[in-house]
Amino acid sequence: MYVLVAGGGKVGSNVTRSLLAMGHEVTMIEQRPDRFALLEEELGPVVIRGDATEIAVLERAGIARPPELLLAVTGDDEDNLVISQIAKEGYGVPTAIARVNDPRNQQHFDLLGITQTVCATTSILGLVEHEIPEHGLVRLLELQREGLVIVEVQIERNSPVAGSRVGGIRLPEGSRLISVFRHGRTELVEPRTVMRPGDQVLAVVSRDSAPALQKALLGV
Amino acid sequence: MNAVVIGCGRTGSAVAKGLADGGWDVTVVDESEDALTRLGVGWRGGFVVGHGMDTSVLERAGVAEADAAVVSTDGDNTNIVIGQVLRLRYEIPTVVVRILDPFRAAFYAEREMQTVCPTQTAISALLDTVRANAPRPSTA
Repeated sequence: MYVLVAGGGKVGSNVTRSLLAMGHEVTMIEQRPDRFALLEEELGPVVIRGDATEIAVLERAGIARPPELLLAVTGDDEDNLVISQIAKEGYGVPTAIARVNDPRNQQHFDLLGITQTVCATTSILGLVEHEIPEHGLVRLLELQREGLVIVEVQIERNSPVAGSRVGGIRLPEGSRLISVFRHGRTELVEPRTVMRPGDQVLAVVSRDSAPALQKALLGV
Repeated sequence: MNAVVIGCGRTGSAVAKGLADGGWDVTVVDESEDALTRLGVGWRGGFVVGHGMDTSVLERAGVAEADAAVVSTDGDNTNIVIGQVLRLRYEIPTVVVRILDPFRAAFYAEREMQTVCPTQTAISALLDTVRANAPRPSTA
């Protein structure tokens, strides 16, 4: 597979090393002269120097072939957005994955149709919430393109579903319970599974129905 | 009529003053409070300190009611993103975006963006001036 990596920072350079080790063809673009010199010494002609938001630089990197995959992983969200847009809309690159540095900019990526994004802050926050119980609904994994979220909910003593069989619970449209973690074991949810206080329930839900699912399971 | 100007450098501040002189209600957004001095002591319009990528800053500047917006910060890609946010999310009918790189300006002009490229304007003006004043090179 041919992959174009825009940005040779920690993320870009490590991804490039891994892709090369897997046998893929990679071109990486890095703008900063000192950083470029270091990378070129290590990786040779895989690295080219330039501003990856300039169309001439992207073309020199082979954007017109086009690559099967583009990774926009610079430290600048505006740059990552523009690189992804030019790749997808201008050159028909089928998949662009963009790094979101500031989670407040996620909404701009969503608005402009760059659906495959990775944000370290958001991922870490998700993990932190996973470690803290008595949090309503924990978003474990966001499937941007599908519009689905994998969530975890801890059933409380006063939850409306505590003591109910799953088959008898009215769940919002677009949601499914997957599994229950209790007494150190995970069980797949079946209609006869009874919800108990302390259960950690995994569910898949459409993004819009997440609040309704929280209300159905926790009452709040 | 309400206008929002994002970026209060030499260009943005002059555009803001020009619109205000023409009777527009203008609010200017800039990251630096010092940029306010570029608007002069008589500035009667709004001024919001903050980054144009920040939707709370845009909303404080009144983008929800704006009839027109000019995006002219010193970063092409910042302008490109803010311009699209203003058009698609806030549905401002007229959004003009300054892009210095002629290639990016052309790329986004083909995609429903109203762009102004000062570099392309300078290139054309310089070529025209030379062609109009210099003797033609021999083609032999």
